[in-house]
Amino acid sequence: MKILLVDDEVEFVSALAERMKLRGIDADWTATPEEAVGLAEKNCHDIAVLDIKMPRMGGLDLKKMLEKQCPEMKFIFLTGHGSEEAFKSGSTETGSEFYLVKPVRFETLLEKLRAIGSKSAGGGKNG
Amino acid sequence: MGLIDHIKPIFWEQGDARRGIYAYRFNFRQIWKLTVWLTLAVTVIPLVVMTVIDYRVSRAAMESEILLRTTRLVSNTRRSVAYFLDERMTAIDFVIQNDPYRSLKNPDRLSQILAHLKRSFGGFLDLGVIDDQGIQIAYAGPYALSGKQYRDAGWFKEVAQKGIYLSDVFLGYRNVPHMVIAVKHPREPDGFYVLRATVDMNRLNNLLMDLEVGGDGDAFLINRKGVLQTPSRSHGGVLEQIALEVPPYSEHSQVKQVLQYTKGPLVIGYAYINSDTPFILMIVKEKDRLMGTWKQSRTQMLGFLFGSIFVISLVILGGSTFLVNQIYLADKRRVMACHQMEYANKMASLGRMSAGVAHEINNPLAIINEKAGLMRDLLVMDQKCRNDPKLVGLIDSVIAAVDRCSDITRRLLSFARHSGAPAKELDLAEVVREVLGFVGKEAEYRCLDVTVEKAEDVPMILSDRGRLQEIFLNLINNAFAAVSDGGRLGVAIEKYDESKVMLRFADDGHGIPKEDLEKIFEPFFSTKIGKGGTGLGLSITYGLVQELGGSLKVQSELGKGTTFTVILPMCLERPCSGANDGGRSGENQSIEPEAANENSTRR
Repeated sequence: MKILLVDDEVEFVSALAERMKLRGIDADWTATPEEAVGLAEKNCHDIAVLDIKMPRMGGLDLKKMLEKQCPEMKFIFLTGHGSEEAFKSGSTETGSEFYLVKPVRFETLLEKLRAIGSKSAGGGKNG
Repeated sequence: MGLIDHIKPIFWEQGDARRGIYAYRFNFRQIWKLTVWLTLAVTVIPLVVMTVIDYRVSRAAMESEILLRTTRLVSNTRRSVAYFLDERMTAIDFVIQNDPYRSLKNPDRLSQILAHLKRSFGGFLDLGVIDDQGIQIAYAGPYALSGKQYRDAGWFKEVAQKGIYLSDVFLGYRNVPHMVIAVKHPREPDGFYVLRATVDMNRLNNLLMDLEVGGDGDAFLINRKGVLQTPSRSHGGVLEQIALEVPPYSEHSQVKQVLQYTKGPLVIGYAYINSDTPFILMIVKEKDRLMGTWKQSRTQMLGFLFGSIFVISLVILGGSTFLVNQIYLADKRRVMACHQMEYANKMASLGRMSAGVAHEINNPLAIINEKAGLMRDLLVMDQKCRNDPKLVGLIDSVIAAVDRCSDITRRLLSFARHSGAPAKELDLAEVVREVLGFVGKEAEYRCLDVTVEKAEDVPMILSDRGRLQEIFLNLINNAFAAVSDGGRLGVAIEKYDESKVMLRFADDGHGIPKEDLEKIFEPFFSTKIGKGGTGLGLSITYGLVQELGGSLKVQSELGKGTTFTVILPMCLERPCSGANDGGRSGENQSIEPEAANENSTRR
């Protein structure tokens, strides 16, 4: 299971990636959406964990770009902004994707990743 | 409460008590007074003026009609009386012209003439011939008056001088009122003789008595000294002096009014019956009687006037009160709308600020969380440090502190995110506890005993979390303000009926006076004005409860405490079917932040 982590908070996203790697999860991370597109092109990750609010390009726009490259990719959204707008976009626009408010418990995030992973595995891909 | 308080319009006490931008725009009492007085003035004054004019015109018309009628009657009656007298005088004149002196001296002939006169005219009693020496030389009649000397009698002197004489009425020997007509005729060479007749008054009396005078009127004759010549109904009998003044001489019929008289004002019509008779015809009527019909219509007119003024006043009072009330209510709505807008703006700003703060804090919290997590991972995986419980414990406390902070920001966010949010299934006890979380510190400092009890059978309800939070926060704040330190607030959640649940917020504070109970949900009613209260909390709470389709009631006993009861429907707007399976907002559904965060929520 390959994970792509994108968040403008470098400290946060790097620590998250390291914790995943310690658990044997293949996780790439970046703080810029542009780089994320490049990484996705190279690796075609199974799941992308995106921050909703980032400078230059938000998580929802990035999702559209990534979907073009890897149509099979699943998404989890993170946000520190629990405002109404974010809530609405999180619950309606993201459709089947998951939506978590920071700070999120690492175990919760892992559970969600596994849930999506097992579903994808059920589909016979990238187990 | 007095009658005045009952009929007093609701805007009466409003005035312009409040200043500033939320003051009422109008002085309702002044508007009301202005409207009432102006409308009353423009309706009642013309009505009164019209009535006064009509009163005067109709009275003048009636009076002139009375005078005209009286004049006509006097003039006609005068003609009749004059004719009566003329007829008899002419008859005597005819006799004396027709018969020579020697014929008249013959008593038989005289008796014959008297008989003819009686038959033709009636009323002649006797007939006598007197020579120029005043001696009655012939007489026909019931008395033995032949040879009677009249030389010194007044009438004889007068007839000798004027040629004809008509006497006043006198009673005579038989005690019957009658009068005398005497006519002089020359006799060769230079003497004269007089034919004298006595006429009784019955015919003339009947003529006057039969007149239809009207208004209890009287028609009679007087002589120029004011002595009655014919009987009257109410001014005395024959030969009595009348109480009225003898009117001055006039050739024509006259009418005058005597205002001061014992029986009230009189209308007197009079006419002198020719200049050579002593008689004055008088027709006297009581004016009040004549004006009777007019007075009746005057009473009706005044009744109508006062009735109209009463009805107009009622309509104006009612109408003005209604209209000013409408203005008052509209203005009240405007002021309330202003307040609600301000409140909404305040809440929106508060929401934006909370969301901003939460966001700013959440990001660094996430970093701390992950960094601490990584440290923990590294420690646990490191062989050397794995068994150092102290380090792991320290990191766990950092993570626990992060959890606590995230709980706070989560609550802030959930409070901010209320308007427009879709109705969600929620546990009322949880929402109440959540709100208590905001004010938990105050309760702790003041040693307040706050309990939340939820009955077993209360289901999850589908409602708007944000609004519920506001409602509960307002009620809890209210209760905290009412209780003294060490006081108690109990929140009980029960099932009300199949479709409703009931929350009771019971405190043991100072209670609300009975007269205030009706008003506490009104905007701007506050007992804390000047102490930080706006008087809006409960009115907004009431509005919010109504928006959720519920109802808010209050019970209070002074000195013992207050209980606010909120009754809420289990489902908001849409059918309840989703309420039971709403919990399965699982994999294919979006997970609400609350649900997504459940693992990080600590209670």
